Amino acid sequence: MKATLSIQRGAFGETPRQDTFDIPFEHGQSILDGLRAVRRSMDPSLAFRFACINANACKECMMLIDGKVDYACTVRLKEGTTTLAPLPKKALIRDLVTEIAPPGERLVLRP
Amino acid sequence: MTSPSPDTSVPTHLESDVLVIGAGGAGMYAALEAAKGGASVILADRSLIGRGGATVMAQMTVAAALGEQTPDHWEHHFADTLAAGRGLCDERLAALLCEDGPQRLREMDAWKVGWAREDGHIKQAQAPGHDRPRCAYVDFLSTGPAVSKTLRTQLNNASGIRRIGDLTIVDIALRDGEACGATALHLPTGQAATLAAKAVVIATGGLTGLYRRNSASSNMGGDGYALALRAGAELIDMEFVQFFPIGHLAPRLVGMDPIMWDPFRYKLGGKLLNSEMREFEEDYATRDERSDGTYVLTRDLATYAITKEVEAGRGSPSGGAYLSFQHVPEAEIRKAFGPVVDRLAENGIDLAQRPVEVAPIAHYHMGGIRVDEMMATGVPGLFACGEAVGGANGANRLSGNAITEAFVFGARAGRSAAERAKQGASVWSTEAAKPALDLLRSASKRDAPNPAAVMVKLQAAMADDVGPFRTDAKLRAAISAIAQLKADIGDTPFASAESFDPVLADWLDLRNMLAVAQSVAVPALARTESRGAHQRDDHLGLDDAWSVNQIVALSGSDMTLRKIVATTGKAAA
Ligand SMILES: Cc1cc2nc3c(=O)[nH]c(=O)nc-3n(C[C@H](O)[C@H](O)[C@H](O)COP(=O)(O)OP(=O)(O)OC[C@H]3O[C@@H](n4cnc5c(N)ncnc54)[C@H](O)[C@@H]3O)c2cc1C
Ligand code: FES
Repeated sequence: MKATLSIQRGAFGETPRQDTFDIPFEHGQSILDGLRAVRRSMDPSLAFRFACINANACKECMMLIDGKVDYACTVRLKEGTTTLAPLPKKALIRDLVTEIAPPGERLVLRP
Repeated sequence: MTSPSPDTSVPTHLESDVLVIGAGGAGMYAALEAAKGGASVILADRSLIGRGGATVMAQMTVAAALGEQTPDHWEHHFADTLAAGRGLCDERLAALLCEDGPQRLREMDAWKVGWAREDGHIKQAQAPGHDRPRCAYVDFLSTGPAVSKTLRTQLNNASGIRRIGDLTIVDIALRDGEACGATALHLPTGQAATLAAKAVVIATGGLTGLYRRNSASSNMGGDGYALALRAGAELIDMEFVQFFPIGHLAPRLVGMDPIMWDPFRYKLGGKLLNSEMREFEEDYATRDERSDGTYVLTRDLATYAITKEVEAGRGSPSGGAYLSFQHVPEAEIRKAFGPVVDRLAENGIDLAQRPVEVAPIAHYHMGGIRVDEMMATGVPGLFACGEAVGGANGANRLSGNAITEAFVFGARAGRSAAERAKQGASVWSTEAAKPALDLLRSASKRDAPNPAAVMVKLQAAMADDVGPFRTDAKLRAAISAIAQLKADIGDTPFASAESFDPVLADWLDLRNMLAVAQSVAVPALARTESRGAHQRDDHLGLDDAWSVNQIVALSGSDMTLRKIVATTGKAAA
């Protein structure tokens, strides 16, 4: 059994591309489990945010999952294809990572 | 949106009186107190402020002698803390934790954290190792989120504190052996930043991310221990990693903390069963005379019991034990845990019908940076607090002591750092940041190895050979595995992209994790006895000759180890 992740890739300003990864499907796993498996065994450069992994406490892993805003750590992986994209209303940084920190908590770079 | 600047030769530079690294309970408290002390503060975190570490994930209790449930005195809490620490506590730090704990919990109460109440008083639960009900909490399983939210609100209301997320501190900047700031990587842009400060506080939390099964966030690979070591500070008690006996194992549970079963056990009395569906706790328990008898196994004994059942071939299918609540009426489960029951149902778990599987997981680190009662390290200008600090809990920690430690030590470190800044001590120099900037600049694209996969190898080596039960052969195997992995990743960082590069982030993490893993394995090998959380299958039982702390330091690139007699005598309050 396998699960397929179809992921929007690319940095801010680049033309987005769609990459597809097949990973073994294990019942009960989260989308985040799947993304981490991709990084370990296929593409370590895949960028996505997460911190707490299980607790659903950090709220960093939000993304578009099959067109719906949700947490990658709570939505289950499914057999067949799941489409992942960065949050549409936040500034894109790279791949699935967007600027989500409150404005008052960001580094203001040297002009 | 900030787009990467093409010119990375001159990094962004910021200045403040006090730099606090890590925005968990300890770091947020430190920032608040430093600001109260008149200092300008930068509070930096590699993740989002107040969300990256253990504090926001904690679901259980906070221990302090409030005397709300039953009469109590901090000295009773102190006695329990020392007993759990098996002769190794730094008594000054333990006393500070216990004596200042009530004041901090009341302050949090005034800030409306929402401690659970009963008949008008703060409700305090009994937890193992405490001689009386001493543990406050926020319902339902919301202690950590409530604590974090409360402190974030205080930060919002305070002036003089600049918060910066997504900023990973790579190294402490040193001038003439004194801490004068830090060098950081701003992950979203891939740019370096330098931070000048008159005093620096390390509040980076623990190291349990070194292990395969853990309760850690991705930010808990032990950065602060490595930062301190490289800056010339000492680490203490690094061999003492606490394993939480009944971490969730199966079925896959998402959206919930893996250590959530403990409060269920407290409130409902869950039973540990082996594959024969037989209760085995009594086979291992030494009944703690001071406990009320409902919870017979301390954490280390429970870890031992489950591990031995699995070794004897009586483990559950996923390699742990069953935890069963089938004897508890459904209505009672619902009453005790309300909405949590629905979250479990979403995971296909019905406690009234079926047991879950649990196993020991790495949970907390007793060891850490060596500090005095002002939270000062041996490096002038460098302070530490929270789980990053070692000593208060000795060889084992009582449940509920870690959050109290984060509050109390955080506040103390913030105050000390503000005082040091007033003296105008450390002076920035661009040279101080050069080694770390050079390191970042040397990053290059490489195809192998995959640092995310190397991390898994390290976690396996630590879990298999530096876990709760250790032997000479296993520890030697781990030390050489760590050396091999160090050689595999080399001295210059890997990179894959400009902005938000997880390959670079992983490489920097591994640089720290491998140093920290070694700083755990080396003293574990030296300690030829079993004490608290350090259990040697080849050296059973406590050895009085080992009633000493081990200190790890760096001398050049070599790790050194020495012994000291445990520090006695109470802190000046
Ligand atoms: C799941 C779980 C449940 C727990 N439950 C309890 C409980 O019920 N009661 C109790 O007393 N204790 C509990 N503990 C332990 C307790 O939560 C922690 O010991 C305590 O919260 C640590 O606080 P801290 O501020 O020191 O570290 P943390 O809260 O871990 O914060 C450290 C911060 O530092 C940041 N950081 C790390 N490295 C860097 C770097 N290089 N640069 C910038 N930032 C960095 C991290 O992102 C993080 O935000 C629990 C722990 C866990 C993991
Ligand atoms: S990883 Fe923390 S909420 Fe999803």
